[in-house]
Formats: sequence, structure tokens, C-alpha cells
Amino acid sequence: MMSDSEIRERVRQVMIDEFELEGDGLRPEATLYDDLGLDSLDAVDMVVALEKAFAVKLANQEEVRSVRTLGDVVALIVRLQGEMAAGGNGQG
Amino acid sequence: MSLNRVVVTGCGAVSPFGLGTKALLEAVWEGRSGVRLMEEWAEIGGLQSHLAAPVPSFDVKPLIPRAQRRTMGKMAIYATLAAQEAASDAGLSPALLGSGEVGVAIGSTTGSPETYQRFYEGFLPEMSVEGMRSGIFFQLMGHSCAANVCLALGIRGEQWAPSSACTSAAQSIGLGFLLVQAGRQRAMLCGGADEAHPSVTMVFDVVGAASRRHDLPISTPRPFDARRDGVVCGGGSGVLVLESLDSAVERGAHICGEVLGFGHVNDSAHIANPHESSMARAMGNALSAADISADAVDYVNAHATGTEQGDVAEAAAIGSIVGGEVPVSSLKGHLGHTLGAAGALETIVVLEMLKRQQVIPTLHLDHVDPGCAGVCLPRKIEGRSLQTVLKNNFALGGVNAALVLRRWSG
Repeated sequence: MMSDSEIRERVRQVMIDEFELEGDGLRPEATLYDDLGLDSLDAVDMVVALEKAFAVKLANQEEVRSVRTLGDVVALIVRLQGEMAAGGNGQG
Repeated sequence: MSLNRVVVTGCGAVSPFGLGTKALLEAVWEGRSGVRLMEEWAEIGGLQSHLAAPVPSFDVKPLIPRAQRRTMGKMAIYATLAAQEAASDAGLSPALLGSGEVGVAIGSTTGSPETYQRFYEGFLPEMSVEGMRSGIFFQLMGHSCAANVCLALGIRGEQWAPSSACTSAAQSIGLGFLLVQAGRQRAMLCGGADEAHPSVTMVFDVVGAASRRHDLPISTPRPFDARRDGVVCGGGSGVLVLESLDSAVERGAHICGEVLGFGHVNDSAHIANPHESSMARAMGNALSAADISADAVDYVNAHATGTEQGDVAEAAAIGSIVGGEVPVSSLKGHLGHTLGAAGALETIVVLEMLKRQQVIPTLHLDHVDPGCAGVCLPRKIEGRSLQTVLKNNFALGGVNAALVLRRWSG
């Protein structure tokens, strides 16, 4: 199981690879839409990229819609990984 | 209602010779070929033509931002770069591009075939769309090039995407001509785009009309030549800025030439076979629209792709319109058949011929097919007095199109 800091670093890398973002701007409080310049299409692609990177299922997660910041993304992955480790199947 | 005169004020190209009209024109005047052997196509079962004239690979990341690039397949990337060059060449300001007075007509045979391949590679094994990126549909849709160009350049006028395979660009130029002539748009970015892909070459290969001269790729295709063995498909995009003469003069724009007429008919005879009298009808209609007679034509830029049926029918059709003294040539020997881009890339070269007062000969034409001998086929670059020219493009589906262009002398 990945540590929280490992998850944070991999989320950063996913955002850099998927959206060609500069690492400097990827602070936990950065908002996905306003600060990072993503839009609704990017949000779909972010879910796809995160599912692949962490082997979790996000597409039906209600929480995904309420994610606003990069920190929210990391927190969601941390929680899902924890649930999987505790015996859940990660399915939303 | 008086009609506007329509002039060309800008050109942009992505071709088998790379990015930009300069690369295209230099290669053509140096008599080079963009055709190469596609070694990876040898693995494709049943495909017997492994030749193409693709756009050389380049790094698009510095050229188009990710947010725009995500919805573009290769052809939309080509169209966007060509449109940017054309708009810059014409000196169209961002304000004018976004005024609603400028539109786009850019067609292609289909959406991006490479993206179709990627989609079905993911979709078919499990019949699943999981993992698909959101931009993929926008690369597949039939108006992908036109829509992406509008978005990338901030164009807010009419948006059209005439799709008719090999006449997509010719139709787009014809449509732009009609819209500007009628005053619906002040200017139109017109052209077409396509990608080299085995699914396209296959269409010609299955009927034995695609070249298989793998031992010497730069010697084929050979339009009008007795030893031709078929078409070589290519990729790229050409875009021209068509603009009302009043607008061009008001802006102080450089004028590259004038569009005088457009002829456009369907032969309603066969889905694939060329049709001589319909080719002639398209040329005749273009001349009528231009209100000039055939004896005013100084040169004909042929569609001729290097197929026996097509070349012979076109030579006969051209001969029936302009006789046997007017020089005729095809650019397919240089460019291959760039399909949806052909009409625009070739028109850009024709405009340069008008400027330089030179006729480019058909590359690889060594021994004229007796069936094509009824027209004048130059064998080297010839200095000529060129004022008015005919530009042909024909397509699968029975489509026959012709443009009349005139040199701009101020």
C-alpha cells in the first residue's frame, strides 16, 4: 500500500503527464478549474488517468464531483486506497 | 444584387514536404517527391501498396497548446497550422477573425483515421469504452478540422466542412468563393486536410489502382505516363484566405490571385469510375460562372492521380474544353494524392505558377501514354504568359469540381 506522500507525488506526476502542467503550480490548495485551468473534459480525463495510475474506480464516485482542489484529489485517493486495504473493492 | 469579386490574400500549407508554404513551393520547384516506402505497412495482411506521401513527423507541443490539441487528430493539427499560416499571411487580425465576418470551410475525407484505429483498438477487444479520453470523439467527427480551426483561431463566422474525399478542399474553396461573392462573409479560410493511413490507401489498392513500385518510391506516381501503375496517397492540409476585393483593398492586403468561377457536378454514373463528360461539364460550368471562354485559359492544373482510367478520361475532357495547345500538368508526382487537402495544396502551387509565370511539369512523366497525348504535357519548367487557369479536382462518389483562377496584376 502506498503512503500518503507517495500518493501525493504520484497524483502530481499524473497531472504533469496528463495535462502538461508545470510542477511549481501543483500545490494542494490549487483549484482544478481556476488555478490549473482544467475544464469539464479534462475532469473526465483526470478520472481516467487516476484510475489507471492507482487501480481504483472513480467514475461513479459521488465525491469526484465535489473535488475542487488538488488536495481534495489526493485525499480521495488516500481514502479509496484505505478502503481497499480494509477489504473494500474500491468500486463506487 | 451585385456580386463581390473574390481574391486570395493568404496561403498556408502542411505537406509531405513539412510545415509551411515555403517548404512546399521549394520542393515543387526543385522537382522533389514526397513519396516514401511505408515499411510498417508490409505487416498489413492483403495490402499490396506500401507507398505514401505522409507529412514528416514533427513536435506539435510547442505549436499548439494542450487544451486545443486534445481534440485534434493529425489532420486537425495540420489544418490548424495551415490556417494559422494563412491567416498570418493574409494579415487577418484577431479582431477581424473574431468579428463574425470571417468563416471557415475546411473539409476532409473522414475524421482522423489514426484516431479511429486507436479507438477501435481499445473498444473491440472487450467491447468497452473504459479508459477512453474525452477528446477522442472530437477527433473522429466529420467536421473536426473546421471546428478545431475555429476554436484555435477564434473564428466566429460560418463554419462548414464539405466532405467529399478528393474534392473536399476544392469544394471548400468553391463554397468560400460563393459565400464571399454573395456577401455572406467578408473572408473565408478555405481548404482541406487528410492523413496518410492504410485504410485510405486500401480503397485504391483493392481495385488495383494504388502504386506498388516499392523498389523506387520516388519514381511514382506517374500521371499521364505510359508506365504509371496507380495512385500514392498522402497527407497534409492546405488553407487559403478568400476575401472580397473590397475588403482586401480596404485592409491594404497583398493579393495572390483572383477566383473567377467554380464548376461542380456529380456524374451520377458510377461510385468509383471517372466520367469524362462530367469532368468536362465541371470545367465548362466553371468557365461559364467566370463568364470567360475556353480560349482564355492559359494552363490547366489536372487532378490526374496516375491511374489509367482517370488520366485518360481527364486528358480527353481537358482536350475537349481547351484543345491540344494549352499546357496541362498534375502535381501528384510531387505530392502524391493528398486527398482532402489536394485541391488546396495544389491551388497554392498554381497561384505561385501565376506569380512566377512558369508552368511546373508533371513529375516522372517520361513516356506520355498515347491515351493522354491529345493535350499539351510540358516535360520541364516552362516560362509562359499565365493569366487565367483551370484547376481540376475529382473524387470518388462521382464528384467533379473545377475552379477558374486569375493572376492578380493590381
